[in-house]
Amino acid sequence: MRRVMNVAPGRGSRWLLALLPFVLIALAYNFASAQRHAANPDDKVLPTASAMVDAMQRATQPDRRSGERVFWSDTAISLKRLGLGLAISIVIGLVLGMLIGLLPVAGATLSPLMAVVSMIPPMAILPILFIAFGLDELSKVVLIVIGVAPCLVRDLALKIGQLPSEQLIKAQTLGASTWQVMLRVALPQAMPRLIESLRLMLGPAFLFLISAEAISADAGLGYRIFLVRRYLAMDTILPYVAWITLLAFVADLLLVQLSRRAFPWAHLERRA
Amino acid sequence: MSAIRVRKVWVEYGAQIVLEKLHLDIAAGDFVAIVGPSGCGKTTFLRLLLGQERPTRGALLLDGEAMPNEPDADRGIVFQRYSVFPHLTVLGNVLLGSELQGAPLLARLFGARRRERIAAARALLEEVGLGEHLHKYPSQLSGGMQQRLALAQALITRPKVLLLDEPFGALDPGIRAEIHVVLKRLWKETGVTIVMVTHDLREAFSLATRVVVFDRYRKRKEERTRYGATITQNIEVRKRDTGASLDAQNQLGRDDPATGERLGRDDLASAQQ
Ligand SMILES: Nc1ncnc2c1ncn2[C@@H]1O[C@H](COP(=O)(O)OP(=O)(O)O)[C@@H](O)[C@H]1O
Ligand SMILES: [Mg+2]
Repeated sequence: MRRVMNVAPGRGSRWLLALLPFVLIALAYNFASAQRHAANPDDKVLPTASAMVDAMQRATQPDRRSGERVFWSDTAISLKRLGLGLAISIVIGLVLGMLIGLLPVAGATLSPLMAVVSMIPPMAILPILFIAFGLDELSKVVLIVIGVAPCLVRDLALKIGQLPSEQLIKAQTLGASTWQVMLRVALPQAMPRLIESLRLMLGPAFLFLISAEAISADAGLGYRIFLVRRYLAMDTILPYVAWITLLAFVADLLLVQLSRRAFPWAHLERRA
Repeated sequence: MSAIRVRKVWVEYGAQIVLEKLHLDIAAGDFVAIVGPSGCGKTTFLRLLLGQERPTRGALLLDGEAMPNEPDADRGIVFQRYSVFPHLTVLGNVLLGSELQGAPLLARLFGARRRERIAAARALLEEVGLGEHLHKYPSQLSGGMQQRLALAQALITRPKVLLLDEPFGALDPGIRAEIHVVLKRLWKETGVTIVMVTHDLREAFSLATRVVVFDRYRKRKEERTRYGATITQNIEVRKRDTGASLDAQNQLGRDDPATGERLGRDDLASAQQ
């Protein structure tokens, strides 16, 4: 009898095993939902699958008054906020991360600041953002930036600071200026790490987005969820949550693929 | 091809004296091998030559001018590890020097200039036996191949001086012999001045024109930090141009097991590891 720790699933069974928990959760949900509806046909807490499909159909049809397809306009505006927040965070992360990681003077000046700033709970300063940047788009994007950028800065600075000093000296002996070392040595080697940290920060980024939308917005995925909560509209909330999860999941996959395509060297097996 | 003068150089770290009274002349085109026990300051000496470190006292001159106080394109280097860039292919690694020196802003070349530099890089890579591996990444190469790549990368921009810090210390003997041939040929072709730190006396005597021994005269425990290492022997092995050994006596370090004895210092045997 082999030890369990030495039993590895094959290719096909790996898929089956991966799907298994999802199937079980779906079955359990359907069972519970059926139970509740048997007791009370008007139950709203665990809507049936067909009720959720109906709700989504309504949400993807043009609205009677505004003509908007609410689901898609919510998605578009949320992704726009998220994308903008992440893009700004990436730029800040790369610029400050490289400066702090590579230039001792910049490191001495900025890294204590970053250590402090990254400890500020972003949600605690949301009111300040609303006061300072108003209740519209800007404050939501800023919240994402404040939540994500300091972590990216610190992570990239750490990564760049860990580059072997041999490499930095080597580049200088090949004639590189500080700028060229950033451009050709530090930046390319920071990119795979940037993607890694972005993947980790996707969760928090969505958290900040949904929170900001819940508190003040007139559109967006988070706004919708918190709006229909008043009517206990679980048939809308659950698909929205699944959709947000799917978006994050796909974004994560895309980032992995991007890293493999763009930075193949970072994914090679290391020789001993 | 450049001459180096080391004038009464001392290096101290706080209270610890690492090197003292270093006095050395290296002629243009020389191949100097530095040997000595571990921790006696060989790497520190290379750091001086590189401009990474400054002497506490004394002066270093490169072609009569003060040694620049930061690394630059005049002085190439190959370390034991991490000398090549993991994110660049073999060709990319060798191209990098030309790109850095040819394009200050973008550090990339385009068009005819790029094609011309690629041709030069290919030719050199062919010469060091990496012609078949242009598009591999360093982690896909063996240790010996990585060091040959590092040599090509350092030499393509024609530095005046090439510094080598135990470059082949991690390689198997067979591979080492191969790479010695490559290094010797590159040295002859380019006329670069080479300073190589090595643990391998045989390597030192078979490659170098001059073997310099770093050691301490005083080595009792309580004297360790108060007295640094210095040059205890400076042996001219062969003339640069002929490549032939100076005389039979100096034809040591190839097959002669008595190398350590001839140098007359027991501790050298320990340097041989
Ligand atoms: N930055 C430093 N600060 C303090 N001591 C150092 C530093 N660098 C090297 N040393 C000391 O200098 C001595 C020589 O080191 P090194 O040049 O690396 O020796 P080697 O290369 O000959 O083995 C060692 O005793 C080491 O501890
Ligand atoms: Mg050393």
